[in-house]
Amino acid sequence: MVTRTLNHPASVLVAALFVLPAAVHSAEIRVMCYQDGVECDVLAEQAKRFETQNAGTKVIVDVVPYKTIVEQLPVQLAAGQGPDIARVTDLGGLSKYYQDISAHVKDKAYWEANFGATLPWLRPTAADKGIYGFMSQLTMTGPYVNKTLFEQAKVAMPGPKATWDEWVDATRKVAKANQLPAALAWDRSGHRFAGPAISYGAKIFDAKGDLVMDDGYKTAVNKFVGWHKDGAMLKEVWGGTGGSSYADSIGEFKNARVAMVLSGSWQINRLQKDIGTAFDWVAVPNPCGPAACSGIPGGAAWVALKTTKAPKDVGMFLDFIAQEANYAEFTAKTNNIPAHAGLAKKGVKYPGATPQAQAALGVFSAGVASLSPVAYQFQGYKYNRAVMLPTVTRVTQAIVGEMSADEAMTKIAADMADAVKQATK
Amino acid sequence: MPLLSRAASLFFNLFEPLFRFAQRRLGLARLGWLFVAPNLIVFGMFTFLPIAINLVYATTGGVNLMPFDRPFTGGENFGILLECRDYFDIQSCRKDVFWRAIFNTVQFSLIQVVLMVLLSLLTALVLNRKIIGRGFWRGVFFYPVLLSPVVVALIWKWLLQSQGVFNAALVAVGSQPIGWLTTPSWAFFWTVFVSIWAHMGFYTLILLAGLQAIPKDMYEASEMDGASPWRTLKRITLPLLMPNLIVVLVLAMIRAVQIFDEVFVLTGGGPGSATTFIVQFIYQTGFAEQIHLYGLAAAASLMLALGLVLLTLIQLRLTRASDAGQRAR
Repeated sequence: MVTRTLNHPASVLVAALFVLPAAVHSAEIRVMCYQDGVECDVLAEQAKRFETQNAGTKVIVDVVPYKTIVEQLPVQLAAGQGPDIARVTDLGGLSKYYQDISAHVKDKAYWEANFGATLPWLRPTAADKGIYGFMSQLTMTGPYVNKTLFEQAKVAMPGPKATWDEWVDATRKVAKANQLPAALAWDRSGHRFAGPAISYGAKIFDAKGDLVMDDGYKTAVNKFVGWHKDGAMLKEVWGGTGGSSYADSIGEFKNARVAMVLSGSWQINRLQKDIGTAFDWVAVPNPCGPAACSGIPGGAAWVALKTTKAPKDVGMFLDFIAQEANYAEFTAKTNNIPAHAGLAKKGVKYPGATPQAQAALGVFSAGVASLSPVAYQFQGYKYNRAVMLPTVTRVTQAIVGEMSADEAMTKIAADMADAVKQATK
Repeated sequence: MPLLSRAASLFFNLFEPLFRFAQRRLGLARLGWLFVAPNLIVFGMFTFLPIAINLVYATTGGVNLMPFDRPFTGGENFGILLECRDYFDIQSCRKDVFWRAIFNTVQFSLIQVVLMVLLSLLTALVLNRKIIGRGFWRGVFFYPVLLSPVVVALIWKWLLQSQGVFNAALVAVGSQPIGWLTTPSWAFFWTVFVSIWAHMGFYTLILLAGLQAIPKDMYEASEMDGASPWRTLKRITLPLLMPNLIVVLVLAMIRAVQIFDEVFVLTGGGPGSATTFIVQFIYQTGFAEQIHLYGLAAAASLMLALGLVLLTLIQLRLTRASDAGQRAR
């Protein structure tokens, strides 16, 4: 037998070049993150701690606009490109690109116990039992009201079970007294629109579970278009752009151009930060329609993506930030509603939240109980954007006079059918 | 022989055996292909291959990005785009936004191009005269061309938005603010205006170059003959400027049909679909909607390409006619 030894310096150097990288573990994790407040900043702090505990692993948090997550990330993923982790809101729609990290988490039972209710939202099929990530927070759509404007106008705020009509009447009076350009505004989003639509009786699904545009949805479209025509709604938000682009109404609220907006719980941090003491604002329960007083649940999730070359490190990092202490820190600093069952049970302290923000968090947390079952069904539906996006496009066309509200309904139904047909091909 | 020239000569001599070999194998007539091959390969990869891929997308359906994952649907996407119950009623079309986008694009192109050419010509004529601060004025008109379309759109959006500078001025003089970007007719007007403002300098420059190429003695002769300025313009300037005018006309038309970036930032295609043009429709259908209909977008883009090919053919025909006219003269 011939044995060879590495006794030449050059041989040793060559061997070292091949062996050393294998011995010293190194991985880079890129996280595509958007933030409503300070979510990415808090994540970056936690990432630094993870890096010190896991030498050789580097976590880079790329902060991007929400539009990038909505429009560019899906195209990147479809092309086989993309980050290792992303913060997404199209939970089911992108599920085919998620990486199962169940083999890399320390304690699967912990995940099931604390995120069990929302883990199925990220799974590609109902039968799947994988772990693909977790909800960074739960959200709920709902209105914010400028209390100072109500007080200045000497108009009483409608009570917790008030209808949309009552709120529109009240804000109209406030707008008139304060010479505002309009009474209220809703985010330009089919997701936001769905809450009032369900309150007006929209079932969205028929008995077989297929999408359907019913009378409840039609009533909501008619009401909403009518409020634009009579000047109650601020035209700039929906009528200021085309297509199905998202536009939020919070900017108009912060500038006190409207007395009320329909947005969601994720804006609390932004309101606290941007409005400060300029005026008093409150979150109020979702106004009622004949069928319900519902908003829409939702939230953002940290998900592992198949494009990662370091699934183990990605799994370890997600496991790290999902641990109760870290999750509690994230929730408290970002003023969000936790999706972590254990934490929700214990309650979260929000030391950085102002009394206004604390109260708003309380209103949204309490509002979860009044969400319609249709709202949950709609949120969990994989192709819910096949309804949301045409709603935005067509309702806007009705608002600016390109078609009637009835024609908009017909077009929403047709666009929805086309999109679902293509998506299921 | 200079050093550089000798180095070049040495470099090319290195390839001589290769060229001699290729000439023996291919023959002199086909040797040219060898020289243009690198360019053809690059051009093919970045022009012909995307066209072929676009054809694949246009004839397949579903929402998958990878061509092999997409089911073949033949002409279905074209059928969807062209399906209308009544071709005189856009509302009755299955993809009415596509037809609205075409209608808007045609309307925009006609209005914008006519105004663009006339204003560019007028500006070039003025800037060609000996006016005070001529260099400064030329700079002023050309400056917007140097700006990014996004910057142009953001500047105008800042001026035109509901709480923008224009409305602030209106309110200051006691008028009501106007929805410059939320009223369909105003929004359309401003897309035309802003695009002319942004690009006019480029076309003015082309026409100015054409004006300066016209021999001065022709103007001197016409002056001696007592021709009026209008007659000089009609009989000397415009005929001799015709090749440049045709270039401007066709370039402006092609650019108008392709309008996207400025309008997308300025109005987002709205309000409603008042300023949605064909390229934005393609972008929205293929990329902005979360159920990405790549096939439909590809079919629409092929139809746009067909329109642009037609415009290019018209340009070639006009250029040839103009050249023939020049030679005859």
